[in-house]
Amino acid sequence: MEASFQDRSAALRPSMGKAAVSALLPPAVVIGLAALLHFVIGPAIGYFYAKVLTDVGIAVVMAVSLNLVNGYTGQFSIGHAAFMTVGGYAAGSVVYYGHYLIWGSLQQQGGFLGPSTLLYVVALLVGGLAAALAGFVVGLPSLRLRGDYLAIVTLGFGEIVRVLVTRTNDVLFDADEIAAASPVTLLTSVGGSLGFTGLPFLTNLFWVWVAAGAVILFSYRLKRSDQGRALLSIREDEIAAEAMGIPTTRFKVQAFVYAAFFAGIAGGLFAHEVGTTLNPQELGFQKSFEVVIMVVLGGMGSVTGTTIAAAALVILPEALRSFSDYRMIAYALTLILVMLLRPQGLMGLREVWEIPAVRKLLRSGR
Amino acid sequence: MLRLNDLHVHYGAVHALQGVELEVNQGEIVTLIGSNGAGKSTTLRAISGMLRPSRGTIDFEGKPIAGLAPHVVVGLGIAHSPEGRGVFANLTVEENLQVGAYTRSDKAGIAEDMKKVYGLFPRLEERRRQLAGTLSGGEQQMLAMGRALLARPRLLLLDEPSLGLAPQIVKVIFQIIRDINALGTTILLVEQNAHKALEVANRGYVIEVGKIVLADDAKVLAASDEVRKAYLGG
Repeated sequence: MEASFQDRSAALRPSMGKAAVSALLPPAVVIGLAALLHFVIGPAIGYFYAKVLTDVGIAVVMAVSLNLVNGYTGQFSIGHAAFMTVGGYAAGSVVYYGHYLIWGSLQQQGGFLGPSTLLYVVALLVGGLAAALAGFVVGLPSLRLRGDYLAIVTLGFGEIVRVLVTRTNDVLFDADEIAAASPVTLLTSVGGSLGFTGLPFLTNLFWVWVAAGAVILFSYRLKRSDQGRALLSIREDEIAAEAMGIPTTRFKVQAFVYAAFFAGIAGGLFAHEVGTTLNPQELGFQKSFEVVIMVVLGGMGSVTGTTIAAAALVILPEALRSFSDYRMIAYALTLILVMLLRPQGLMGLREVWEIPAVRKLLRSGR
Repeated sequence: MLRLNDLHVHYGAVHALQGVELEVNQGEIVTLIGSNGAGKSTTLRAISGMLRPSRGTIDFEGKPIAGLAPHVVVGLGIAHSPEGRGVFANLTVEENLQVGAYTRSDKAGIAEDMKKVYGLFPRLEERRRQLAGTLSGGEQQMLAMGRALLARPRLLLLDEPSLGLAPQIVKVIFQIIRDINALGTTILLVEQNAHKALEVANRGYVIEVGKIVLADDAKVLAASDEVRKAYLGG
């Protein structure tokens, strides 16, 4: 009996090789697609469209990460751009002052995957971690607050970050002065209200879409895991979730930390993008609001839904540029309409392939 | 197995439990009956750690558990099926059950218990891929009970399982409560439907404004004049 059970369970378990493939395949696909975008598609579609695609990627990172908080756990955060700010400034300081301190100038070292890029990737992670720490601090009040009250706290946090950044000193650009300055001086010399100017343009389609792919994979896997179900159950009925033995407060803070980490990375990507300036106005309340709309429109809890909504809300204003003055009105109207007609968002919790019509189509295709 | 001693709970200025004494022995079905606002749900919530008692002790299998966090209490072997069912409407039936097993990591045991729950509630198996929000009230109650069972509790706390259900379904639910007990789970049942509750229970307690006023064998309580007048409609 014993042996036969073991045989059976061994036959059911996927082999080591297969398990490795299924674990490594999705990240490999993400890296492959990002490389394709960067080396083939980007050059083919020209500067303008490549820039739009980069913006889409950053919006996807923001929207899909906010979905972890607003979608999965049903908390309402309207300060996501503040985490982007924290990450952007942290990454920017590491790259900018790092270049001066290591190489004595802002001159880019090496090409794709060269030393400058390596510093940049480290800086993105530092930005993510700094934002995650901020997320932990903001997540703590979520232990006691819910609904509108939490929204007000996140809004307040956003304003605090914006004002603090505005009060910083001018960016230093003298190599000797920078070498002599203390770390605190460097961290508080990030441009104030004028913005952090002079950051090297290291962001490209590859890194943006690696980050976007990472947050999509992370979110989707989380959703299908025990932990993800625990997060969703908190949003569905917090008391029942607690009764099931789910440490609800810990998970709510955790969702904040995860989301903030990715928003911090988005900030680093944004800071080093061509044609953007990292300044406190750019990443204010309006930006947070845009991200909330992406999540609400796409579907609270739907990874593919928020991805599509993020892409649509970046591309549409570009396509309808002549109406761009009315953009915020259109956003607000859309939000009101969705809240009235479909409060769970266009796709709700569903992923694209879980929509009945699409499912039918997939089945008939087979 | 479970013993509450001089248990007090306050909601702000409201003194909701005023020295509740209650005992549940291994293998029993014990019911706690009383009218609205008497403190029935409050008692269950204090046991499962969702409320912190202001005074008194709760002992489970000899260990003091008063004031422990809910997830610790679940881990010790007490599952709570809350009032109003609280199913996760946008998750499927199966996902709801999986959340119930959240505190456990023994995959084989969970699969086995999943089968057991589907055996108790064949309706749930038929609907396992359906969203819980689309179930009928009775099915949602079954799901709430099944979900609590997936924590593999030794003591199951049931809060108003008959609430808002049609008489036919209530009958089914109470039969299942018997079945769960026969499979070896001790049950503390809170009910407004005193008649039904005393029918399935071994022993019963009557609670009035935060105090236990009567405690006896369920049969004796069902026959007593006081209970008949107050809760069984004469």
